[in-house]
Amino acid sequence: MWSHLLRRVLIGIPTLWVIITICFFLMRLTPGGPFDFEAPVPPEIMANLRARYHLDEPLWQQYLSYIWHLLQGDLGPSFKEKDFTVGELIAQSLPVSFQNGLSAMVLALLIGIPAGIFAALRQNKASDYVVSGLSMTGIVVPTFVTSQLAILIFGVWLKDTAFHLPAGGWDNGKFQNRILPVICLALPYIAYIARLMRGSMIETLRANFIRTARAKGLPYHAIIVRHALKTALMPVVTYLGPTTAFILTGSMVIETIFQIPGIGRYFVLGALNRNYTLVMGVTIVSAALIILMNILVDLIYRVLDPKVRHE
Amino acid sequence: MANVLDIRNLNVHFSVRDGDVQAVSDVSLSVAKGECLGIVGESGSGKSQTFMAAMGLLATNGRATGEVNFHGQNVLTLSESARNTLRGNRMTMVFQDPMTSLTPHMRVGAQLTEVLQRHRGLDRTQAHQQAVAMLARVHIPEADRRMAMYPHELSGGLRQRVMIAMALLCGPELLIADEPTTALDVTVQAQILDVIREMKDTLNTAVVLITHDLGVIAGLADHVAVMYAGRIVETGAARDIFMVPKHPYTQSLLACTPRLDEVKRTSLTTIAGQPPNLEHLPTGCAFHPRCPYVMARCRTERPPLIGGKACFLDQLSLAS
Repeated sequence: MWSHLLRRVLIGIPTLWVIITICFFLMRLTPGGPFDFEAPVPPEIMANLRARYHLDEPLWQQYLSYIWHLLQGDLGPSFKEKDFTVGELIAQSLPVSFQNGLSAMVLALLIGIPAGIFAALRQNKASDYVVSGLSMTGIVVPTFVTSQLAILIFGVWLKDTAFHLPAGGWDNGKFQNRILPVICLALPYIAYIARLMRGSMIETLRANFIRTARAKGLPYHAIIVRHALKTALMPVVTYLGPTTAFILTGSMVIETIFQIPGIGRYFVLGALNRNYTLVMGVTIVSAALIILMNILVDLIYRVLDPKVRHE
Repeated sequence: MANVLDIRNLNVHFSVRDGDVQAVSDVSLSVAKGECLGIVGESGSGKSQTFMAAMGLLATNGRATGEVNFHGQNVLTLSESARNTLRGNRMTMVFQDPMTSLTPHMRVGAQLTEVLQRHRGLDRTQAHQQAVAMLARVHIPEADRRMAMYPHELSGGLRQRVMIAMALLCGPELLIADEPTTALDVTVQAQILDVIREMKDTLNTAVVLITHDLGVIAGLADHVAVMYAGRIVETGAARDIFMVPKHPYTQSLLACTPRLDEVKRTSLTTIAGQPPNLEHLPTGCAFHPRCPYVMARCRTERPPLIGGKACFLDQLSLAS
């Protein structure tokens, strides 16, 4: 068990290195650079800038020096936010996105899983169609629509009532400021998890071992909880791995609309500005998270399926 | 002796996309205490569905009409919770595929003890003791150690023994075994059948043995019913059916069984044609397109089950 865990973590290190390397060179292959300003800059200034950030050195040297600094925990200076290092930017923004993402994920699981089971047990009845219809809506309506709607309803229309919620801003993470973004972030995940759970529960209830459980005269709830649930949860757990990594690293759309100082916007801004070090930084963070989540999913598999434990 | 199970005019329908399929038609059967009834038929003959209906385990699109009397009480009219007090307790079932019929993420012990806890109200330790005793009774070696194992750690034969032990825990009056040996090796098949025979004799349980393999029931069944296309085509004492089959289908089935005692090398016999499609049954006798003795009457008129056979031929031996 522990040796397996250690092995998985050790395998993660070369994986991360490959991702870093590919990302580093891909970024440099992209046309443009961090100092392509709207107005042309005098060549001397440009040369100074490039020398300041070592962009004038050969690429392999830049790569080696980046890796060298990285090994010492230094993600380098940000090319745009002049007074900040990439490490500082991530340290400020990641916790914000992390908290929102985690709340959204918990919300999605707490609502999605029961809703999916409920729909599965009433397959092809009216209540199933309601849940399935809602979840399809949740999947197809984009976040920027739901967020705007939420702001319109709770921030504008209900402004003078007890249901009023801030239309945006973070305010150091006050509870009221978190409600709308977390719900809007969670909505598509609630919908997707409900759908996944419904399908997988229906599938599991057709299994031979469920027939055996029924033949044993067990009451319905015991069949669902003791015999079906663990097997039915497997696809949801598989989906959760990469999804959790994704949701924890924030959403560009939600963070922009609700003006939340999270890490999500850096993914897009960094790439647009050719902010090489920032892109590298957020890539490393999310790649490491994905690797970590996959290890976690592996551990959960072991709890759910004794067969995995033995392999 | 009073019958444990008495099925009268049972019909099973399934609603499918194109309408309605009748899987079981007008089936009447009975089993007495300590007796073994063999049900023989091909896939789709309705042999399993007859007893799935009796257990209340039909798929959601299926419905059963007629009577399934268990000790004189029609279980088809019982509520689900009333049935749950019978199922797994007084009437139990063992299924064909032991590989997938046990819950993969539960220890064998937990799957056994939950039956006793539910139907006998035993506490954990008592249930554990009884479960171990039952595993030993179906000849599972190191029963105590197996209790802590997961199904995938057991061989197919052991899993089927676990299934049988599970079905016998509460001392049922009726055990339905649906192709209990089909998925197993030949040597293991014989062992499983021995276990069933032993339990029938020692516990005086009524046993229904469903199979497509005549060899399986030959040594075990007292009575046999042969089913074809959802109907019983022949029924009678096991020895009569094997010695003097009265229905051409039974005769063909027997001819298909490979024999070890035959000196001459002969090729395997098969029944010509395909098993019938329940959605488009032939007119008249459902077996007529494959029957070697088919008469004009067979194509238009369905022979009723009289004197243990559903066939217009007076005597099979004369025809052949």
